[in-house]
Amino acid sequence: MEANTRSTGRLPAAFLTPGSSSFMDFLTDQSPGMLPGNRQLPPMKGAIEAPHGTTIVAASFPGGVVLAGDRRATMGNMIAQRDIEKVFPADEYSAVGIAGTAGLAVEMVKLFQLELEHFEKVEGAQLSLEGKANRLSTMIRSNLAMAMQGLAVVPLFAGYDVDRERGRIFSYDVTGGRSEEQGYASTGSGSIFARNSMKKLYREDLTEEQTLTLVVQALYDAADDDSATGGPDVARRIYPIVTVITDEGFRKLTETESAEIARSILERRLVQPDGPRAELL
Amino acid sequence: MSTPFYVSPQQAMADRAEYARKGIARGRSLVVLQYTDGIVFVGENPSRALHKFSEIYDRIGFAAAGKYNEYENLRIGGVRYADLRGYTYDRDDVTARGLANVYAQTLGTIFSSAAEKPYEVELVVAEVGAAADGDQIYRLPHDGSIVDEHGSVAVGGNAEQISTFLDQRHRDGMSLAEALKLAVQALSRDPNGSEREIPAERLEVAVLDRTRPQQRKFKRIVGRQLARLLEADGAGSTPTDAPSDTEEGDDIAPTTTDAGKKGGKSGGKTAATESDDSTVATDATEPTEPTDATDSGGDVE
Repeated sequence: MEANTRSTGRLPAAFLTPGSSSFMDFLTDQSPGMLPGNRQLPPMKGAIEAPHGTTIVAASFPGGVVLAGDRRATMGNMIAQRDIEKVFPADEYSAVGIAGTAGLAVEMVKLFQLELEHFEKVEGAQLSLEGKANRLSTMIRSNLAMAMQGLAVVPLFAGYDVDRERGRIFSYDVTGGRSEEQGYASTGSGSIFARNSMKKLYREDLTEEQTLTLVVQALYDAADDDSATGGPDVARRIYPIVTVITDEGFRKLTETESAEIARSILERRLVQPDGPRAELL
Repeated sequence: MSTPFYVSPQQAMADRAEYARKGIARGRSLVVLQYTDGIVFVGENPSRALHKFSEIYDRIGFAAAGKYNEYENLRIGGVRYADLRGYTYDRDDVTARGLANVYAQTLGTIFSSAAEKPYEVELVVAEVGAAADGDQIYRLPHDGSIVDEHGSVAVGGNAEQISTFLDQRHRDGMSLAEALKLAVQALSRDPNGSEREIPAERLEVAVLDRTRPQQRKFKRIVGRQLARLLEADGAGSTPTDAPSDTEEGDDIAPTTTDAGKKGGKSGGKTAATESDDSTVATDATEPTEPTDATDSGGDVE
């Protein structure tokens, strides 16, 4: 079937058959081998060593949601990459951040983006945010066999729900279990630290700017305690990827913008290494 | 069973061609024009939901005249072809030329296969380049031939007359407003030479705009933005190279998304985001009302 798309021959019947608006369904019929979930791993002992992405955080504010990630990928105790990008736009109104096996995760994001775009082109309308979140669930579930061998992908999905007019966050487990998070969420190896950082700092009435600071603070705290999470690398000018989604759509902060937030936090930490203090009562 | 009469291949093909042409001629014509920032698609279409123009891929748009179910079928086939190809290789490897070839082969095979009735469609596949000389426009008639067009192209029932009209008046470097007005002028001419008015709400307009910051360059032009473009001065007999001032803002207003459709708040939403380009809603649908579903039969009116 692939041969048919390479040649300039007639479109195969399957291309012209009315049917599903899902690209994944189409791929299942056409070239199932290209679906990540259909890959067979040879039996082997132990986990496969591959670069892993680490910490992703998200927080919502009235009017939207922020999704951010650090830049480090690790392989065992080695740093595999210092400037990896782990937060991607899924479509105009949503974004996905990925922790876990980097190679598989990036491939999954690519397929997920295509799935949403394909639906939109065929139907002339976007999927609901819930629909998008469910689609991602299916994709993670199809990766379960590989997750069992240590190649897990655990994303965080955030988007602006145009029906309900607010930002929403969905987190996943390796089995594709999906749960909606209220306020803030994180995933990846540094997620415990990031979550607790946000737990102390989060308020429901934060502005967009404050929320941007909140997530970078959380990433800093994760990097502070988790060796697999990278902090802002001032020497190399590598700063977290920060994205914000509102009713105006997806926006990724420019390097200058995220550098500014990271640097101001860094400045404060020089005098107060543990970061802002929450009240005792 | 009676013995079938002998029909010469020439006659058989001529009959099929006539059949297809008659089908296409029943639909309204549409035009595709190059303008300074890209390619604009203009057609008369009373339906807000059943489109004649649509996005195939990042830089590739699709326009069709003729029988709705047949070209819709080809459109979806094209989307599947493009998405599969982009997924297999890279997004840059999806080209209008490749897509046009596939369509030509498909239409050609159907046209010459005795078992199938020929498709009553005429397609245009257009790709916007990084600069105007990179633009590609292919016209694909019902028989699977393929014509590489420049500047302007018209397809549909009255295409020949409209093409002649456009050829005389279209020039390179027109602004969007100028190109749009020329297109509407061309479409408003009846075969007998008289002119009629096409109200803005019956127009379907879309662009492939190379200046869009997004990867996906296809955008529908609807509502206030369309009205503004149609009213914009400076077009007509003495067009200047500089586009009219108003256009800067107009040009980039995002279309309403299905946000409007679902949220029932389309008015507010459009207004709120109207002047901001970076925001953008891609080509999602306009706020659709459950309009003329009757049109689906095959856009013959």
